[in-house]
Amino acid sequence: MAYSDKVIDHYEHPRNVGALDKDDGSVGTGLVGAPACGDVMKLQIKVSPEGIIEDAKFKTFGCGSAIASSSLVTEWVKGKTLDEAASIKNTDIAQELALPPVKIHCSVLAEDAIKAAIADYKKKSG
Amino acid sequence: MTAALSTKACPTLTRPAGAPVYLDYQATTPCDPRVVETMLPWFTEKFGNPHSRNHRYGWEAEEAVEKAREQIAELIGADAKEIIFTSGATESNNLALKGVAHFYREKKNHIITVVTEHKCVLDTCRHLEQEGFKVTYLPVQANGLIDMSELEAAITDQTAIVSVMTVNNEIGVIQPVAEIGALCRKRGVFFHTDCAQAVGKVPLDVNAMNIDLMSISAHKLYGPKGIGALYVRRRPRVRLVPMINGGGQERGMRSGTLATPLCVGFGEACAIAKAEMASESERLMGLRNRLLGGLRQRLPEIYVNGDLDSRVPGNLNISFAFVEGEGLMMGVKDLAVSSGSACTSASLEPSYVLRALGLDAEMAHTSLRFGLGRFTTGEDIDFAIDHIVQAVEHLRSMSPLWDMHLEGIDIKSIEWAEH
Amino acid sequence: MAAYLDYNAGAPTRPEVAAAVAEALAAPGNPSSVHGPGRAARHRVEQARAQVAALVGADPAAVVFTSGGTEANALALAGSGRRRRIVSAVEHPSVLDAGLAEAIPVDAGGVVDLAALAAMLVASDEPALVSVMLANNETGAIQPVAEAARLAHAHGALLHCDAAQAAGRITVDLTALGADFLTLSAHKMGGPAGVGALVLADGGFPLAPILQGGGQERRRRAGTENVAGIAGMGAAAGIARDDVARGHPISDLREMRDRLERQALKSVSECVIVSGSVSRLPNTTCLALPGLAGQTQVMALDLAGIAVSAGAACSSGKVADSRVLAAMGLAPEIRGSAIRVSLGWASRPEDVDAFLAAWAELARRKGFDVAEAVLAA
Repeated sequence: MAYSDKVIDHYEHPRNVGALDKDDGSVGTGLVGAPACGDVMKLQIKVSPEGIIEDAKFKTFGCGSAIASSSLVTEWVKGKTLDEAASIKNTDIAQELALPPVKIHCSVLAEDAIKAAIADYKKKSG
Repeated sequence: MTAALSTKACPTLTRPAGAPVYLDYQATTPCDPRVVETMLPWFTEKFGNPHSRNHRYGWEAEEAVEKAREQIAELIGADAKEIIFTSGATESNNLALKGVAHFYREKKNHIITVVTEHKCVLDTCRHLEQEGFKVTYLPVQANGLIDMSELEAAITDQTAIVSVMTVNNEIGVIQPVAEIGALCRKRGVFFHTDCAQAVGKVPLDVNAMNIDLMSISAHKLYGPKGIGALYVRRRPRVRLVPMINGGGQERGMRSGTLATPLCVGFGEACAIAKAEMASESERLMGLRNRLLGGLRQRLPEIYVNGDLDSRVPGNLNISFAFVEGEGLMMGVKDLAVSSGSACTSASLEPSYVLRALGLDAEMAHTSLRFGLGRFTTGEDIDFAIDHIVQAVEHLRSMSPLWDMHLEGIDIKSIEWAEH
Repeated sequence: MAAYLDYNAGAPTRPEVAAAVAEALAAPGNPSSVHGPGRAARHRVEQARAQVAALVGADPAAVVFTSGGTEANALALAGSGRRRRIVSAVEHPSVLDAGLAEAIPVDAGGVVDLAALAAMLVASDEPALVSVMLANNETGAIQPVAEAARLAHAHGALLHCDAAQAAGRITVDLTALGADFLTLSAHKMGGPAGVGALVLADGGFPLAPILQGGGQERRRRAGTENVAGIAGMGAAAGIARDDVARGHPISDLREMRDRLERQALKSVSECVIVSGSVSRLPNTTCLALPGLAGQTQVMALDLAGIAVSAGAACSSGKVADSRVLAAMGLAPEIRGSAIRVSLGWASRPEDVDAFLAAWAELARRKGFDVAEAVLAA
């Protein structure tokens, strides 16, 4: 399978790999996917009191496209408000990374991961 | 022929700069340069049609084809008359199963095969089911081998043929073919075995093993692509309905002009395999132990799929827990290896062979198949070990599942939203 | 002096083709593998597919590589899904003997009788597959395929055309022929043996495969691709396309063939050119010499180093009376005394000279009245 240069770049030099303290009240954690399906993404966001995402980290089990999709969204969400981040669409991710049709589900998973992290943060901050 | 071989040492293949280390010998093998050399004159200087009875161009081609037939027969203890040339193992498997099923359909309508067979055997069986035949798909044990008592129980007086591959293409395990052959003979059932991965790798004898039909592929034993053979026993005689009609070549079982260069290359490949199999097996076993030992020493949580003892020396199939197979493939881009069977690599489904061993989908997803062969060197193996360790460590450092494992969380205890 | 004049049985591989084959043989990789060597093998296959498609004016996606012309014919017959098969009486055995065949008669020139075809088509409502070859392997006679296709289509039938002998010798245009399926064989056009193709007019046609297995060839033909053979077929198709477009060296072959026939007729007046009055391939002549068995001629010629044939090469183990010539209604003394001389890319005028000298000498020894001028030349 031919990967785009951007996918290869994110795979080889992933941005923002790591973890934030999931018990911190300002951190939202999204864990989506399933090992049986071949992809699991964990996306964490740290939200400032003003509602701005000031940091994001990810860990992903999956193919190159899944890793690249999660790496890319950590870059994109940083500095955004929760609403702005929630409006990121999988099609934007797929387009940016030039994902082939069989890999579109990776971008869908990344979109889900953002939404799950935001939901977790909102639940915590109640 | 054999004398010529002994003077011609096994060549080395130089890898072009930047090319990956080839460790995918179960997908296909490079054509041995000695084989290529014997083939080339048959394209240009000696180009007759082996079926032309009218002139010496035809006669010399026919002679070469018959010599090749003998070389193939010798490797499996058969008579040259029992070798039918085909376009490859896929055609051989189709011909064996459909040919026997169709010929004996008035008397018998049951076929037994195994869930881990090559796709072309399974697809042919499904096709025959649509035609009204009954097919039993035997399961395998966790080590990939069939349970003989289950086979014995499955045979009925309606069973026309049992088809069990000798060596599996994904996990390299060797089925107990001699026992299967003895059982089939005792019960009066034809025994077909797909030996695409076995011929030239393990000693085979169609008589000692009571094999009635055997599929062979040239390109899996350092011969050319586009040619294979079906061994069809003459005593007791196995009869087939042909799939391809026409000129009546190959005892009427397979029409079509024989490709002399391909036949010659196939024969030479068999002769080389016969001469070198024993020493080559020993060498490959050393390389395989080196690969497995090196990986086990440096990486925790890796698992060999399939029986390690009843296995061809040139195969290893390993699951690397907590990393994903395709991501791993991308990480080991300087190695040509496969994740799952080459024929199904475009699909996202985990390998049905590994699933049949009872592996979880996630473990099936994290598997790589290493195929070692004639041109694999110790340096290739050391390079592969370093490269794999690096890639697995990189991916595990990014893997949420690895973190959970380190924290002692059982990932099976989590309720995953499968998508 | 050795002369190979049996190109319709199989042509020697062209040097450019042999180079392409040798290069592909030396490269590892299964086209189904996703890694670098696999992708390189895939590239070779797809490049060849485009070359073969270009030769016959088809869509590359409609080219299905097979193990040769025989398998391609079997795939067309079985894959069409039609149980009623109307095939010309001079088809290759892989079509004629595949079962279910109703034979369309041919005239004395070896050309199919279109009126008979029309009558057969209306005789039943069952949708049929009509199979008419573009050029006959024994006589070289060119068939009215486009007309047969129009008739077939008017009656809801599909048309298969075996163009194995025609490709590289005359223009083969899938659209102009109106064929639904077209068979090609590499080794008849200077490519390697062991590879051929079935080309579909409609890439979306639901062809039923005869080989089940991996999803190769868009699920239409399972089995690891014969990469080197396919690469060779691609190279041969490229050259064939150029040859036919330029009309050269085909015009040379025609000239040599015509000279051979003129000289043969001049030297032995009893000589008969089979299908001489119909449109034929430029490289083929079927020459009968009533009173002198074809087998005797080919054996004597072989002793003189000249390779020609009598009867088709495919009847392995037996040299039977030609069914093609029998279908044409030719008299037994013509059928039994016919030989086929077929020229190709490496043929030279000297080969024709050698043939003429040896053949005329044989005729003279056997008591024919041979014009002295020919023997002297």
